[in-house]
Amino acid sequence: MKLKRLISPSAVLPKKINQGIIHMSKNHDAELGFWRKYVFSTDHKVIGIQYGLTALCFLLFGFALILVMRWQLAFPGEPIPWLGKLLGEGRAAGGVMLPEFYNELGAMHGTIMVFLGVVPLVVGAFGNIVMPLQIGAPDMAFPKLNMASYWVFLLGGITMIFSFFMPGGAASSGWTSYPPLANLATVGQTVWILGMVFLITSSLLGAINVIVTIFQLRAEGMTFMRLPFFVWSQLVTAFLLVLAFPPLEAAGILQLLDRVIGTSFFMPSGLVVSGEPLDISGGGSVLLWQHLFWFLGHPEVYVMILPGMGIVAEILANNTRKPLWGYRTMVYSIVFLGFVSFIVWAHHMFLTGMGTALSGFFQATTMIISVPSVIILTAFCISLWGGSIRFNTPMLFALAFIPMFAIGGLTGLPLGIAMTDIYLHDTYYVIGHFHYVVAPSLIFAIFGGIYYWFPKFTGRKLNEFLGKLHFWPSLFFMNCVFMPMFAQGLAGMSRRLYDGGETYAFLEPVIALNKMISYSAWALAAVQVIFIINFLWSLFQGEKVTSDNPWDSTTLEWQTPTPPPHGNFLTLPVVCRGPYEYSVPGASKDYSPQNEK
Amino acid sequence: MLIPYTVKPREDTGMYNAKLGIWLFLASEVMLFGGLFSAYVILRVGAGDAWPVGASILNVPIGAFNTLLLITSSLTMVFSWIALKQKNLDKFKRNMGITILLALAFLVIKGFEYNAKFSHQMFPSKSTFLAIYFTLTGLHALHIIGGIIVNAYFWGPGRKMWYSDPERFTNRIEIAGLYWHFVDLVWIFLFPVLYLL
Repeated sequence: MKLKRLISPSAVLPKKINQGIIHMSKNHDAELGFWRKYVFSTDHKVIGIQYGLTALCFLLFGFALILVMRWQLAFPGEPIPWLGKLLGEGRAAGGVMLPEFYNELGAMHGTIMVFLGVVPLVVGAFGNIVMPLQIGAPDMAFPKLNMASYWVFLLGGITMIFSFFMPGGAASSGWTSYPPLANLATVGQTVWILGMVFLITSSLLGAINVIVTIFQLRAEGMTFMRLPFFVWSQLVTAFLLVLAFPPLEAAGILQLLDRVIGTSFFMPSGLVVSGEPLDISGGGSVLLWQHLFWFLGHPEVYVMILPGMGIVAEILANNTRKPLWGYRTMVYSIVFLGFVSFIVWAHHMFLTGMGTALSGFFQATTMIISVPSVIILTAFCISLWGGSIRFNTPMLFALAFIPMFAIGGLTGLPLGIAMTDIYLHDTYYVIGHFHYVVAPSLIFAIFGGIYYWFPKFTGRKLNEFLGKLHFWPSLFFMNCVFMPMFAQGLAGMSRRLYDGGETYAFLEPVIALNKMISYSAWALAAVQVIFIINFLWSLFQGEKVTSDNPWDSTTLEWQTPTPPPHGNFLTLPVVCRGPYEYSVPGASKDYSPQNEK
Repeated sequence: MLIPYTVKPREDTGMYNAKLGIWLFLASEVMLFGGLFSAYVILRVGAGDAWPVGASILNVPIGAFNTLLLITSSLTMVFSWIALKQKNLDKFKRNMGITILLALAFLVIKGFEYNAKFSHQMFPSKSTFLAIYFTLTGLHALHIIGGIIVNAYFWGPGRKMWYSDPERFTNRIEIAGLYWHFVDLVWIFLFPVLYLL
């Protein structure tokens, strides 16, 4: 009964209130000075853009870390060309990277990419900017919390970067920070935990805001089954963030106490380090950390990929000029994915000796969770069938997402089965697998989203030629980077080798691939310069859009002025139809906006 | 910027924004304490017979008295909300005042308890039981302090809103009350788990 009321189209937004907001905000906007309008703004679009630009910078920084690391893997023991001297003797003695610094780079690359780059981009930036517009809301439900969320995120990011300058350097125990190694690491690890607490707080504020906004601020007639798929992906993602992050915070608190006041939560009895027994009370459990960490860690994967799927769904529907195939099925699948993602975490721990019964359970749930992902991917493929596809830049990125995500997902199956995982665990195969999910697929979805929504907020399109010049080499080099890793991993190359596996005779056949991967990674970095140039040039010189809806789209974010004012909509949108009514038979044009009577 | 449904509930969800917000926040808090309780379970199962009985280390009567204090404070918290519904600001001030005092009393007693442990060289680094005891009760005490700050604000300067927007102020007390009940509830789990089992 309650559910029925929830999805019935009787969601009435009082007209007076909403129009009042618009008038108020217009007067209000003029009064705001520069600082309140662009820096300490409570407007969801400004906050989203702040999130986006900051996260893109972090993404570039995290990418730069791995570019330096790849030198050591390709040419172990050789001085890094001009950068080696800049790093100083503590990090690179005589220009040759030290093992400690190599470990710092590895741990911080993972942390920065996941927590400071990708998640803030898909949730903080795209979620913040696009979601309220798509549901016809004037802003997020709690604008001040939204602003706080950004500033806490920035503080966390600065803390993380700052940890490089701590004595002993940044965190160096991998992005997973497994104890007892992480408990014994230098002070950078403590700073890492503090940074994580900021980031967890920030994402908590953001996620609560997203859920409340979607439930409470939908426009009149915007029922749950009329929500664009992107909004659904944000809703499920926000629930994952609210429920999965706190256990990591708990784990962080425990590790902080272990490190600072000498408790033994993660320290087993009788631990001997460098021949010396440790002076601790003992009785702790190292597996406890892994359970708490991966309880966040696995939903985190879906936090990253679900909004990516949402972005791709929007772009696909718009550029095939036909409705998404199986919208309802996709919605049910994504909700199911959200639930099941909470009970698959220990497939990261098959090798810990936790027992066959537990392994069997987590192996089964892992096989089950692949089903809804495949359903969504299949729906994308069928959506293409019979469409008159427009091959513009956003569409190219969205199309590339499908095979790239398929490779990433399917190569994950052998890792989800305990028997094969025991061989593949911690090899380059794992690196190849999850990078296919987050790099060529998710980052392509992000690029697609940037190319797609750029005109709405700047009034100019990104250059198409430069866009294609960015896309094709990126696709090529991405595969050149990650495909060889499968071969290396199958040959048995461990992911944590400082010298790239030089000392192991059995790695002889695949060692040359290290150089190929490194050259490709550097080339990939060079290609991204085209994107940066395109972004900056188009901001000021790009082709101006002639309408508020340059892609002829149906969803509500395009039915606003360009750029949308504070308060978003000039007149209250009333939603009369589903999100993807393209090429409706008998309609006067090939798209019917959601708010069109 | 004026956001719809900050005072009146939305018709189809039956909630105003802040109420949904606080429930979600409490859900995340359940997961935070849930994580720590799981840690307790795993550590205890791992320790086997070496795990001490709580009562042999901790002072049960003091813990029970503190439980009583918190339950009473939950009650006065509800009374203060009811008082606002009855448009009786004096009764609100009285009940909210008692709530804050009870919470402060809880902290003072907890402080004496901590002090007694420290004076016997019982630090968190001495055993895993003491470590999880201090972590759980310490985090809970931080939540109590947060609750006292919020309640004191509504009792003092925040009360001004009653004259300009009484309905919204009443909602704020309801929200603060939901949080306070949660903090109370956490203690009701903590007390038997740490002191009695």
